Amino acid sequence: MNNPAIAVQVENVVKRFGEQAGGWLGPKRPAAKIAVDRVSLQIRRGEIFGVLGPNGSGKSTLIRLIATLLLPDDGQIGVFGHDVVREARQVQTLINRVSVEASFFKKLSPMENLLYGARLYGVPADLARRRVVEILQRLGLEERAIYSPMEEMSRGMQQKVAIARAFLSQPILLLLDEPTTGLDPRSKREVQAFVRELRDNHDATILLTTHDMSEAEALCDRIAIIDGGRIVALDTPAALKQRLPRNGHAPTLEDVFLELTGKPLTADDEA
Amino acid sequence: MSVIVNELRASYAFIERNVNIVKRYWAWELVWLVYTVANSLSISFIGVGAGQVSGGSGIDSQYLVLYLAIGTIVWRYLSVIFYWVTDVVGLERWEGTIEYTLMAPITRFMHMLGQTAFAVLYSLVHTGVVLVVTVLFFDLTMANANLFGFLVLLIAGSLSFIGISIVGSILPLLFPERGSQMTHLIIAGLLLVSGVYYPVSVLPGWLQVFSYLSPATYVLDGARLALLEGAPTLSLWPFIWPLLVMGALSIPAGLQAFHWAERYAKRTGKLHRNG
Repeated sequence: MNNPAIAVQVENVVKRFGEQAGGWLGPKRPAAKIAVDRVSLQIRRGEIFGVLGPNGSGKSTLIRLIATLLLPDDGQIGVFGHDVVREARQVQTLINRVSVEASFFKKLSPMENLLYGARLYGVPADLARRRVVEILQRLGLEERAIYSPMEEMSRGMQQKVAIARAFLSQPILLLLDEPTTGLDPRSKREVQAFVRELRDNHDATILLTTHDMSEAEALCDRIAIIDGGRIVALDTPAALKQRLPRNGHAPTLEDVFLELTGKPLTADDEA
Repeated sequence: MSVIVNELRASYAFIERNVNIVKRYWAWELVWLVYTVANSLSISFIGVGAGQVSGGSGIDSQYLVLYLAIGTIVWRYLSVIFYWVTDVVGLERWEGTIEYTLMAPITRFMHMLGQTAFAVLYSLVHTGVVLVVTVLFFDLTMANANLFGFLVLLIAGSLSFIGISIVGSILPLLFPERGSQMTHLIIAGLLLVSGVYYPVSVLPGWLQVFSYLSPATYVLDGARLALLEGAPTLSLWPFIWPLLVMGALSIPAGLQAFHWAERYAKRTGKLHRNG
């Protein structure tokens, strides 16, 4: 697990939910659901790695496992050589995450929320204040909005603040769980440009889940398609499309997705 | 050194965040303060009216008012600390930020240190207002009172209550839907057995056993000696040392229990669920 060129190493990881202890008296009941089923993958340093999958396929669970928010039932996950279970603190200093729900203290302003986040990661307050303004203005927020309560902001604006919060700690691994879901086309483009900038100018490795095929194709160096907790394909977008025969037209990434999973894409929160 | 600075910065994050929350909810804070003052005054009025209610004339109402006022003030102080510390998870579940905070690189000790430091400061301010209003309202004389000894007891009591509160804070981790409400059971039990408004000697024998386990009992008994009798601080030691022992045991136990609960929540996926 100690290859510096490898940002994330996932080996035979299993995560089950619904397994009840059965109390202290009875035997364990069988697991209700396997969310991640013997998943193995490597993400290279500096790569934008996409994970596509239908609702409930295990994408968000995989991200939570890497983010130290869930413990794997089996297998190992390493982040820049650190095990996410045994060396969780070291992993936490290297990563940050944006989830599909922009989770904030709604009465507090973006500045107050981000200052809180920055302090948690040991960023000095003066530096954090300057960078909050820079990043949020770079993402298209007006200065007035930076000091107004989050509850007065649209979901798109809240999501931009969430991205700024994740970037504020300068993570070298950024976990983006459907970061553009619910954003208008302009905001979506701004966020996508920012993601590219993070990779190109800040040496960040990015793991991205999305329901947007064009976004995945435009941003990702490689894509894993996950279904029922298992990886059913993993390759570059171009190589994935070559897997399908040309039936009068060049296959799209969506064609590949539908072929491999047999399910349509819908944007929703998942387990 | 930089690790310690980062940890302190992270710990201060909780103080600053909670101050900001209190500022944003200032109207609610004002309502809560008025309610608390009114509640404390109404309990103290029982002392004024006790003679009329019982028909007895030998009741020292001034003493009784102060006895009840000490109960309300000490209880307010300890219970406010309890609620702020137990809310360390509940508040974040409500706002949906729990995952974000628990994936930050901060030890749970420093996390709790920030939250409890704010809880003690908030409670001191809140209780101070109630104390001043009560003294002025009932024209209570505190000439013989040992205020320093009273303060020492409050601080010693804070430590043991912080430990109990950390244990209580794991309930919202274990039970996402009703965990916050379940913490009321702990505070209700302590209220019953600690002699907040009556001597514990009036309780049935089996309940009195529990009063020895409650730190509030020692704070209240000591506070009454300090404020009503003006007992010197050194003579309060029999009330202070049990509080220090309880704090020394309950804080590490609470942190360990929180660690286990956090691992359980991460194993079962309960962090994600909003209650």
